[in-house]
Amino acid sequence: MDLFLIAHIAGRGVAIDTTQVDSVVDIAEVIAVPRTDAAVRGLVALRSRVVTVIDTGTALGLPPMPDTARRAVITRLDGHHYAILVDSLEDVALFDRRPLSSGLALDRGWAAVGTGLVEREGEPMLIVDLAALVPQQALAA
Amino acid sequence: MDDLLQEFIAETRETLEALSGEIVAWEADPTDRARLDAIFRFVHTVKGSCGFLDLPRLARLSHAAEDVLAAVRDGARVPGTALVNAVLAIVDRIGEIVEAIDAGTALDDSSEDLLVAALAEDAQPAVTVHAASPMRTNSRSVRLNVDLLDRMMSGMSEMVLARNELARRLRDEQVDPLVEAALERLSLTVAEMRDTVTRTRMQKIDALFSALPRMVRDTAGELNRQVVLSVEGADVELDREMIELMRDPLVHIIRNAVDHGIESPAERRAAGKPEAGRLIVSARQSGNQIMIEVADDGRGIDVERLIEKARAQKLYTPAVLAGMDHAERLDLIFHAGLSSRDTVTAISGRGVGMDVVRANIEQIGGRVHLINQPGKGLTIVIHVPLTLSIMSTIVVGVGGQRFAIARQSVDEILRVRGEAVRIDTIGDAEVATVRGRRLPLVSLGGVLGIANLDERTLAIVSTRDGEYALAIDHVIDTEELVVKPAAPAVMATGLYAGQTLPDSGLPMLLLDGSGIAAVAGLRFQRVVTGEEEAAAEPREEQVPALLFEDLDGQRRVLPLAAIDRVEPVSTDAIRLTGGQLRLAIDGHLVPLYSAVDIGDRIEVPVLRLTDGVSEIAYAIHEPIEIVLLPTEVAPPRGAGPIAGVVIIAGEQVELLDAHALFAGERRADDGERLCWLQTDGTGWMETFLRPMLEASGYRCVSRPPADKQADVALVMDDVAVAPDSARTVVRLRRERSATGGDPSIYRYDRPALLDALASAVGAGGGR
Repeated sequence: MDLFLIAHIAGRGVAIDTTQVDSVVDIAEVIAVPRTDAAVRGLVALRSRVVTVIDTGTALGLPPMPDTARRAVITRLDGHHYAILVDSLEDVALFDRRPLSSGLALDRGWAAVGTGLVEREGEPMLIVDLAALVPQQALAA
Repeated sequence: MDDLLQEFIAETRETLEALSGEIVAWEADPTDRARLDAIFRFVHTVKGSCGFLDLPRLARLSHAAEDVLAAVRDGARVPGTALVNAVLAIVDRIGEIVEAIDAGTALDDSSEDLLVAALAEDAQPAVTVHAASPMRTNSRSVRLNVDLLDRMMSGMSEMVLARNELARRLRDEQVDPLVEAALERLSLTVAEMRDTVTRTRMQKIDALFSALPRMVRDTAGELNRQVVLSVEGADVELDREMIELMRDPLVHIIRNAVDHGIESPAERRAAGKPEAGRLIVSARQSGNQIMIEVADDGRGIDVERLIEKARAQKLYTPAVLAGMDHAERLDLIFHAGLSSRDTVTAISGRGVGMDVVRANIEQIGGRVHLINQPGKGLTIVIHVPLTLSIMSTIVVGVGGQRFAIARQSVDEILRVRGEAVRIDTIGDAEVATVRGRRLPLVSLGGVLGIANLDERTLAIVSTRDGEYALAIDHVIDTEELVVKPAAPAVMATGLYAGQTLPDSGLPMLLLDGSGIAAVAGLRFQRVVTGEEEAAAEPREEQVPALLFEDLDGQRRVLPLAAIDRVEPVSTDAIRLTGGQLRLAIDGHLVPLYSAVDIGDRIEVPVLRLTDGVSEIAYAIHEPIEIVLLPTEVAPPRGAGPIAGVVIIAGEQVELLDAHALFAGERRADDGERLCWLQTDGTGWMETFLRPMLEASGYRCVSRPPADKQADVALVMDDVAVAPDSARTVVRLRRERSATGGDPSIYRYDRPALLDALASAVGAGGGR
């Protein structure tokens, strides 16, 4: 049994491994970053730290999140902090991690971020890998 | 020098303290070799430093002691009590003098002769005049572990951020003025502390560069080279530790440049270079990196030789070597055991090789980059990070968003309004002229894709390659900021050097001046050799041309061949008649062109242009001088009588298209002959030949005509020509004289060229 955070992204319930979750916040004003990846909504101050905000909708290849989206899950990747925007958050609970059902065809970006399933009261939910939502550039030599 | 002196004092004092135990032990057992060596090293070091710092008294004492101790070490003298006492008296005196220097007090030197004399073999045991221990000043320097400074620094950064947050939170609420005052005081203290702490770690790179002139001079002397060294950017500040770590690699690179790079005066003369080689060492801060560049104008790296040696030493299989691209081949220089010179000299053969240099630099998170121009020189660029970066920045606003830009990279801020700045459009590029200097203009909002711009301010940004003017809306503030790297996706744009959280509480991006230039597509010409050299060797392909200021204020240039004469005419003689400005002169009418309205002046200089048949006049503001027209011509965009843009004395100048002027006059007759200019990409044919040919009645095309065969094709000597596209071919050459039976024509031999064309066309047309 692992601890998962249940959230809603693009209208769907997903499970996030709590080991990836640094904190859960409502972000303040976002400062745009011109010319960067479309999935980067901008930068936001979180305590004395600058956090990169990820538009989860765009990152999944879905319509962008509304401008009013404020709730975010903070995750840390390679020394940088990212705020992953979510629609809403539910609770944290223990679930069994199950493999993706065979033959399950995930659409668009979901395929890249889904790593497994959990079942909550009979309802299956995709385990989303937050790191896969963060746009990574091939490290230029 | 003061820094060095302080360092010497601190070091000597510290060694003396450590040595006091040794001295006592040596006194007890004068035959103890280890103790003797320790004392010998001490006096030896003092002697070395004294010569450098010009401290003759200390030098004399330490020298005397060193001689005696050397004799003891060689077994020439036996250390007796007298000798030990005499040496110890000198060591004591060295300590006293050092304290006196530190305190800035005078110390009586009368007894020093006695001290030195006491070292002599036959000396009577001297009465050690032990003066009452002199006033020892409180030590004003402490040696600290760099780790401690590191911790202090990172603590400081956090403190600044915490203060910023506190200030932010207080700003949002109604607070007691007393709390505000306390915060104000805290802010001041923190700011002061931050300066101080930053300074503890930073040192001018001058500490690294100051030893270079001497080193280059000595090395060059040993090798019979002549080297002119110029050092730039010595006031760039770099982490103290980084400076220490850079010392050895830099010394090695410079020795290499003098030894392997710069040729002997004789070789240089033979290669047509000035006898004295040039070595430019420069430092520059770019974002949170320091770039140190060592550029020489020597022979560069012989890559073929490197490959040959790699093959001979069986470092790689021939297949691997063959598959290497240019950069990888050049990188072989960093391979242990490969040096492009066959003989190892005393200078660069000693110590470390390039492989060690690179390893050392990479160890501190740096990079080494080579720019090799065989025969012309080698530039080694070292990038080292500025790990702890509290950076002095200028905050600029553009379209409602704020960005920081490193203060160091901004030379100057100007308002566009006013006399000092002019903005022109040349071709499709914008150029700002600032006090006579032309700089490419980049719109920050344009590069970033920000709308609602009101770009009325220019920041002159200097990058390693060149300078440009960055158009911004306005400057908001200057601020000291803790800059941290941004997320990879943000850094990947190449536009930003990092992110920061200023007092406003809103994150801000730090712009990367070089990155913006790169994204905006600016290309700077890098020239290592001096400009004077370029001026001294005019290329013979250049044609003379008249540089003049046109009526619209633009500087333009026109080849002299097209100008019959320049003369002032009365504006009364110029009238708009028959839909065309005409100049009545010498009893006939000449069509007149002017860039803008002539205005209400009485007299105006005109260029009388002729193509041999017809004549036109071109009104100008004033002629400037006769220049040599460069062969590189940038093609223009859009219509207008401009053939292209050339660089003259570093400035962009429009090349007037005489052909376009005449073309307006002549009506193409049906008997025209089709001439295909097979251009070689330099635009020479288009800009030079074409006007002349068209004026002589040839219709010119730069692509092979699809529908019919061209009457004649003109090609430069080195270009192959498709056989069926033209009936005849006339070849041109760049050299004035032909080599053995070459039927080509020197490209400025106008009569010969026209003759050749006429006969070629005539021959073809006879069918």
